[in-house]
Amino acid sequence: MKYVDEFRDGELARRIGANIAREADPSRDYRFMEFCGGHTHAIARYGVVDLLPDNLRMIHGPGCPVCVLPIGRVDMAIRLAFERGVMLCTYGDVMRVPASDGLSLMRAKARGADIRMVYSPLDALQLARAHPGREVVFFAIGFETTTPPTALAIRQAQSEGLRNFSVLCSHVLTPPAITHILRSPEVHDHRTVPIDGFVGPAHVSIVIGSRPYEGFATTYRKPVVIAGFEPLDVMQAILMLVRQVNEGRAEVENEFTRAVTREGNACAQAAMADVFDVRNSFEWRGLGQVPASALKIRGDYAAFDAETHFDLDYRQVADHKQCECGAILRGVKKPTECKLFGNVCTPETPMGSCMVSSEGACAAHYSYGRFRDIPVVSS
Amino acid sequence: MCLALPARVAELVGTDEGIVDLGGVRKRISMALVPEARVGDYVIVHVGYAIGMLDAEEAEATLRLFAEMSA
Repeated sequence: MKYVDEFRDGELARRIGANIAREADPSRDYRFMEFCGGHTHAIARYGVVDLLPDNLRMIHGPGCPVCVLPIGRVDMAIRLAFERGVMLCTYGDVMRVPASDGLSLMRAKARGADIRMVYSPLDALQLARAHPGREVVFFAIGFETTTPPTALAIRQAQSEGLRNFSVLCSHVLTPPAITHILRSPEVHDHRTVPIDGFVGPAHVSIVIGSRPYEGFATTYRKPVVIAGFEPLDVMQAILMLVRQVNEGRAEVENEFTRAVTREGNACAQAAMADVFDVRNSFEWRGLGQVPASALKIRGDYAAFDAETHFDLDYRQVADHKQCECGAILRGVKKPTECKLFGNVCTPETPMGSCMVSSEGACAAHYSYGRFRDIPVVSS
Repeated sequence: MCLALPARVAELVGTDEGIVDLGGVRKRISMALVPEARVGDYVIVHVGYAIGMLDAEEAEATLRLFAEMSA
């Protein structure tokens, strides 16, 4: 595929890897966080770690919307389907997220709840048109990449007067999550998770631009390099981060210039601002309550807000006691440091959310990296 | 979740829809977020919407940068 295959060239990747190894100072360590699950997935899938020097470590960030979705939000969706009899539509990634009482949306569907997997909010709109006698709720999750389509779907529903359509909005915001990590005790106070820089989001940045990250460079003195989701993009961004660290710079640089500008997509930003307001606080799995980190539907569109329409309340639910998703999402632990990893918790039977999405740190390591942990023994 | 792919705009349909060609697969999507897109442009497609434009010149420049560095 054009603009994809060229950015997966193995020979070029090895050469960039050689440049990273040559430029990395052997007398120090480099620790970079890739915020996005898309980068986590690319790093695992293409074996990027094998092309990096030993003194350079990538720390997985919380930028996987499925992984940070708290159990209580999934419970709300399941309650809507069971107790209110709605037709609940959502993205495929959300279907297997573990919820309370051993349920997930997939298991609730198996028990008779009307739960539909959709590719696009447009599909949910179409279901609402096709079933005027049913309440159709779109369970919307995702970062800024996924938010403008939800905004347009809500506006479309309003313009059509589609009164049986509403949205359970669980959209979250990237910059407040990065701020939260930088201020967390592990990073800021104890420095148990030292982070020398960030590989910045790819598709989120198409929407919001590179400007929102500039504060992280100036206030926190952390380099940020926005990178595309292909392996060569990630490798090039790592090289650019190594150079910034070596030269004592902390700037926002953009490797993904083919799609990201400083200002972002103004049309998408306007649609988001029209339909959504920022919530005072929102619970993230692993990070807890993060101020001003999520969106709710504005009063003008209240008729399409499932939380208002069905008078829903959010109930916080604790994670499985032995699940380390929280620590893994904060970069404090690696997937292999969780007791459940690879035995009771696998992509087929996920206990924690990081094992659900292919972008989750645990699922990525299980699918592509778990045999790296086993030493090769020749007889 | 943020999975998005570059696709060529094959046709513009009505005011804000289009048909994109994704390595031979044709799909009808919303173009409402990229009103500037024209037939032949590459757009980034996510959940049935084009969310941004792909700048062909910048893509070439990035590829040249990889190649130059490795010389």
